Amino acid sequence: MSFQPVKFYQTGTFTVGNRLLPPEERSVQASSKRFNSINSGHRACQGCGEALGARYAIDAAMEATDGQLIAANATGCLEVFSTPYPETSWQIPWIHSLFGNTAAVATGIAAALKVKGKAQIRVVAQGGDGGTTDIGFGCLSGMFERNDDVLYICYDNGGYMNTGVQRSSATPAAARTSTTPAVGAEPGNVFDQGKFLPAIALAHDIPYVATATVADLRDLEAKVRRAMEIRGARYIHILVPCPLGWGTASHDTIRMARLAKETGIFPVFEAEHGEIKSVLAIRRPLPVEEYLKPQKRYAHLFGKQPRVDVIAHLQAQADRNIRRYGLQARKESH
Amino acid sequence: MDKPFAITLNPGSSLANRTGSWRTFRPEYVDRLPPCNAACPAGENIQGWLFHAESGDYEKAWRALTENNPLPAIMGRVCYHPCEGGCNRQYVDSSVGINSVERFLGDEAIKRGWQFDAPAAASGKRVLVVGSGPAGLSAAYQLTRMGHKAVIYEAGPLAGGMMRFGIPKYRLPRDVLDAEIKRLLDFGVEIHLQTKVSNVLEAMQDGFDAVFLGVGAHIAKRAYIPAGDANKVLDAVAVLRGMEGESAPMLGRKVVVYGGGNTALDVARTAKRLGAEEAIIVYRRTREKMPAHDFEVEEALQEGISIKWLSTIKEAGESDIMVEKMALDDKGFPQPTGEFERIEADSVVLALGQDADLSLLENVPGLVVDKGLIQVDAGMMTGHPGVFAGGDMAGNERTVTVAVGHGKKAARAIDAWLRGETYAPLPKHELATFERMNAWYYSDAPKTVRPVLDIIRRQSTFEEVLGGLDEGNALFEARRCMSCGNCFECDNCYGVCPDNAVIKLGPGKRFKFNFDYCKGCGVCVAECPCGAIRMVPEEN
Repeated sequence: MSFQPVKFYQTGTFTVGNRLLPPEERSVQASSKRFNSINSGHRACQGCGEALGARYAIDAAMEATDGQLIAANATGCLEVFSTPYPETSWQIPWIHSLFGNTAAVATGIAAALKVKGKAQIRVVAQGGDGGTTDIGFGCLSGMFERNDDVLYICYDNGGYMNTGVQRSSATPAAARTSTTPAVGAEPGNVFDQGKFLPAIALAHDIPYVATATVADLRDLEAKVRRAMEIRGARYIHILVPCPLGWGTASHDTIRMARLAKETGIFPVFEAEHGEIKSVLAIRRPLPVEEYLKPQKRYAHLFGKQPRVDVIAHLQAQADRNIRRYGLQARKESH
Repeated sequence: MDKPFAITLNPGSSLANRTGSWRTFRPEYVDRLPPCNAACPAGENIQGWLFHAESGDYEKAWRALTENNPLPAIMGRVCYHPCEGGCNRQYVDSSVGINSVERFLGDEAIKRGWQFDAPAAASGKRVLVVGSGPAGLSAAYQLTRMGHKAVIYEAGPLAGGMMRFGIPKYRLPRDVLDAEIKRLLDFGVEIHLQTKVSNVLEAMQDGFDAVFLGVGAHIAKRAYIPAGDANKVLDAVAVLRGMEGESAPMLGRKVVVYGGGNTALDVARTAKRLGAEEAIIVYRRTREKMPAHDFEVEEALQEGISIKWLSTIKEAGESDIMVEKMALDDKGFPQPTGEFERIEADSVVLALGQDADLSLLENVPGLVVDKGLIQVDAGMMTGHPGVFAGGDMAGNERTVTVAVGHGKKAARAIDAWLRGETYAPLPKHELATFERMNAWYYSDAPKTVRPVLDIIRRQSTFEEVLGGLDEGNALFEARRCMSCGNCFECDNCYGVCPDNAVIKLGPGKRFKFNFDYCKGCGVCVAECPCGAIRMVPEEN
């Protein structure tokens, strides 16, 4: 792990802060002076994982760059709920790109800063899974391939949520969306994989690729900090549960992210130059049902005749993640 | 402002958008009752004092502790710690060693000479306390804190009651007992030794406004056992009291103890320490039915005490006793089987329970005694106004901790009564059950430390041989507290709010909600580790 677990405290490193920790060991989010890069009054739904993930990530990036940061933002939930004209929630220099060209816009900003001799100002690009894995994928791959000095952050909630929960290429297998409705017990999304962009980013051998969830704040902040230490193309993929699209209770947002990680559905890892450096091991192993059941987008799997075959298939995917990334639970050391 | 082409509005902040209006439920910070506190017979605010111990401020922790109990060093040795039985941490790994931390704080206070904070302004009222056991000391302490003059009349030659004359030294060293009593004397509690009260109402004539009775239960219950040589049959109370005298009681090489309570174990273990080759406990029922605490039974067995279950003593002879085997019937009661066995024995000690000496209460009108227990109301007042009672004489749950709790409760009721009011305890908070918490956030103790700690925890519940925790261990143990139901400022609510609607008020001041922007999603409630937030419906 790139962060040092804290020992001897009642909640270890798991909570946001800890009154017994020296301030420098606390998370960015624990500070009363945190940037709140995305301010109150945004119009995200109750319990929005993306609003939370964006504040976690951008606050950490602001901290790491001493506030010298510009963000380009793809169209999507995040852009829509944070900037209804003429209001803005952003307290940082922020530009809205088209849906598909955020990576290219960010590349341009980085190039301009370089030309102007202001390379100390850093650039992030951010978007949802639709703007990243579907529409913006060509620009993103180009940004990787040219090794442009941009940190691209994808907030993955598994669909086009603000336009009415349409399927994206990151929508997981068997999930119901408005464009992949379940018919009886027939699964919604028939495409079996979903596109796991972190693996594609990894294949570009760029300097830094990481995944994170809103359930592991310390890990997320450490990854953003690490990413800002590096020049060149970087990619962080953050799982941000969506109460609306997933059909979960608004208070369960963090719990759902935790379950995704604990079941092996979503692997949390960190890689440099195409090599995996560390993974966040499963702490309390659980079957995938624990993750699927609370979500209405999987309700069709648990009807009168549960689709055990589909559930087994999803379990096999999780098991494959666990094998592939080495996520097996270990003896707790913190 | 000159606006660029096609721009008609000035840039605004989303703060203009009061998203709090979306809310149908609102979060609310609460303090719930931690199960340790709920289980403590002395009514200690355990979570409250552990909170200070966690930050290493042991003096503050000790001061918080002694608001409810003036005897932490004693309690840290003799209490059967029901708090640890209630502790929610048992569902994560194992209960917090509350008792060991309490002992550490008590010992620290003795070592550093901490004194109680000055009492409230003198009220001019005088209260007589009869008996200087834990109930009497606790009542006198609380009354003194409230500004009343507490005077203890003690029949015995030394203060402490059953703590001195009933609990063996290997469980409670006398220097610890003396130190905590001395602190109470320094605080202003007055003790008159060898002052037996034979008539309460007469004693009250010495200018007392109220009286608290805590005379304990010192009279051993007997069982008829035909004995050739009556000298061989002793009672447990006398044996344990004899340990405080000039010469230890003569029990012989082979000692049989009759009974299954903690006193029986105390006597058997004392006999062993006095050099008995064999100490045998004879008990008529099974181990499961034994009233003694299991860890004491375990300890006794480790020390080489043997126990004959399902046995009764039929007669005591010259050098042996006759034991009849018993069998449990359908209802779980032991019934004789007609099978007999002889066991060598130089002496037999009866540990069959104790009764209170209630002779001082004769001629007190209104008093009700039932089955040897003096009857009291919720404020520990007897049927006679102004006469309060507690400890072993007022209940069947006879531990030092219960007695301390009785003393405190009685003192509060006496205080109210002296002002012409009726004591009404504050309503209790709802219980901080494990289901109301989010245990994910509690990390396990590091492996390298745990084995050491486990040993220490064992030793601390078993105080005779070894000292308590050192500072490092005590701190670690205190920090295992999950702070059930009470905010410990982990910043989780502040961090997890998607709407930045939690305001951090600074160290020690906790948090508050910004209801202009709180959408009522409930993430803070779900992710609060200790269950100190709840959702309540909005009224409109």
